[in-house]
Amino acid sequence: MHADPKGVLAGIHFMDGDHAACEGALAAGCRFVAGYPITPSTEIVERFASRIPKIGGVFIQLEDEIASSIAIQGAVWGGKKVMSVTSGPGLSLMMEHIGYAAMTETPSVWVDVQRGGPSTGLPTLPAQQDMMQVKWGSHGDYEIIALSPNSPQECFDLMIAAFNLAEQYRCPVFFMMDEVVGHMTERVAIPPADQIEIVERKWTTKKPGEFTLYATTATDLVPEMIKAGDGYRVHVTGLTHDEKGYPAMNPAAQDSLLRRLRNKIRANAEKLVDVRLDGIEDAEVVVLSYGITSRVASAAVDAARAKGVKVGHLRLVICWPFPETLVKAIARRAKALVFPELNLGQMVLEAERVVAGKIPVIGVPHAGGTVHEPEVILHKILEVAR
Amino acid sequence: MSEGAVLDLEQEFGLENPVMPYLRQDRLPHIWCPGCGIGTTVNCFARALTESGMDLDQIAIVSGIGCTGRVAGYLNLDSFHTTHGRAIPFATGLKLANPALKVVVYSGDGDLSAIGGNHLVHAARRNMDLMVVCVNNFTYGMTGGQVAPTTPLGPTQTTMPFGNFENPFNLPFLADACGAVYVARWTVFHVRQLAKAMKEGLQKKGFAFIEALSPCPTLYSRRNRLGDGVAQVKYYKERSTVKNGADTKEVGLSYQGDIVVGKFVDRERPTWLDAMNDHFTKVLGDTYTPYGGAHGQD
Repeated sequence: MHADPKGVLAGIHFMDGDHAACEGALAAGCRFVAGYPITPSTEIVERFASRIPKIGGVFIQLEDEIASSIAIQGAVWGGKKVMSVTSGPGLSLMMEHIGYAAMTETPSVWVDVQRGGPSTGLPTLPAQQDMMQVKWGSHGDYEIIALSPNSPQECFDLMIAAFNLAEQYRCPVFFMMDEVVGHMTERVAIPPADQIEIVERKWTTKKPGEFTLYATTATDLVPEMIKAGDGYRVHVTGLTHDEKGYPAMNPAAQDSLLRRLRNKIRANAEKLVDVRLDGIEDAEVVVLSYGITSRVASAAVDAARAKGVKVGHLRLVICWPFPETLVKAIARRAKALVFPELNLGQMVLEAERVVAGKIPVIGVPHAGGTVHEPEVILHKILEVAR
Repeated sequence: MSEGAVLDLEQEFGLENPVMPYLRQDRLPHIWCPGCGIGTTVNCFARALTESGMDLDQIAIVSGIGCTGRVAGYLNLDSFHTTHGRAIPFATGLKLANPALKVVVYSGDGDLSAIGGNHLVHAARRNMDLMVVCVNNFTYGMTGGQVAPTTPLGPTQTTMPFGNFENPFNLPFLADACGAVYVARWTVFHVRQLAKAMKEGLQKKGFAFIEALSPCPTLYSRRNRLGDGVAQVKYYKERSTVKNGADTKEVGLSYQGDIVVGKFVDRERPTWLDAMNDHFTKVLGDTYTPYGGAHGQD
């Protein structure tokens, strides 16, 4: 189906990534946001608060991120598409409810405009230090999806993809911005509503009495959904539950539930590959990157090519799940991978795991606070190409 | 009494327990201990549902974690068993997403006033249209009897092994001070009054807070040699005084001391949603379409 025109600010704009992310959410059909102010993400909720009254929906600033991250889930079960918006310290507070969303299969978008950490860290300066936290941060085994835009335009475009993925897979979907992407201002083209494809919630067509909350025979392993008030009288719990949604305190129920929660992402992992490839076919060195670092990495790749190095560039648009098969294939051809990130080595660990020692995987760590100097990445490319 | 005896009674006299239609019978037996008062409050709630005449499809119940947190799972309503302390913000999202729903939060004293205390005070301040039932048994039952913010001075708890020296919350005063429009306290001895308060809470627009004092014979009573559940209900009967409209400042509880029960607060204030709609209509004029009704579309 197409986007609801009420939420689509069609036209050519000059706006920053935070504002574009908000417009993406509105275009995707997000009609409920609960948030708590935190730099450098606040502009997203500020814009939502000023836009939503005229579109039809609710913004509420709650007492903390803990409240925000569960209020959005109440709103999902009330029928809304939702997001919450935060940065590192807030994300840390939201962790328990990321687990609740995973366990209850509550479709939800979680925007993290990353800043330097740990703790209060660098509130106004960029980092990519939450990449492992969103993958592993809540307790227990579960899977998530994470996207990483590198421009205001992508903050709009990929936000729609994020909402669509949340509905399709019924899991937490993370939108991993950073301070630079959030605050940089560029051209943003917003298409008319009839050119925006929206994935509707997987509403059941079954009647109350015939519907079982978590039963599914679908090949994607994703059950159908209902909302409160429609007569289904469902029970939703964060406890390990059976197909009815009833608590089931036994190893068999735990095994079957956790494997389905994992497999609905892992079994669909090939469909969840979203990368931008640049000259990797005959590359001796392949640079891996995501988010803002991909723009710096592009400059380094261009400079290396000017020096005659056969270098390719793989940009992760979807970081989680990690494009395992693709990176394995690259490792069979290339001499080495170079992986710059605005952290001291996070996604590079996943690349190392996948490559499993076949070729060197060279991280280019940076503690955050600013982006890499392209020369640092270039130097690493030249070093491994020798 | 054994489970069998109850069923025999039903078979012999053809009587169904009037609460049964409100329960998920396929989830019984429940987990609560003999002598626990939570089931009694659920009885009262079922009666309140009957007497309110409300469409049960339009009522959702949200619980946190703990013994009382299990209430949601036993009621045959749209029910949500959330995380520890967060029933109120979950309920806030649910209510705002579909304002046609009556959303009831049903949880324990530890869940609502300790880990969830911040949400309690802010939801009352906002006058979020929720009915909150707080079953207060003065302890953390599910985890084995630890000190709670409601534990009176004196009794022993596993984490206050030499008796509690922390000052407790006076929950009605807290809810009143933060702006709740309906505040009542009853005990599980006062089943009619509690059911009536719940019915009023269901019909009240705005933040309604009902404290229900309940025995925890397994932990609180046993550890403090207070006898069984019946002994506590006798204590409630003997030491409770009904004072409707009492100043909530004066209704704090002491260890096995006098209990003031009653409807303390019943007033009108705009709910959060009404305030939002009124304000936006005023400042935005025709560009604003008031939000409300089923699914927030009309």
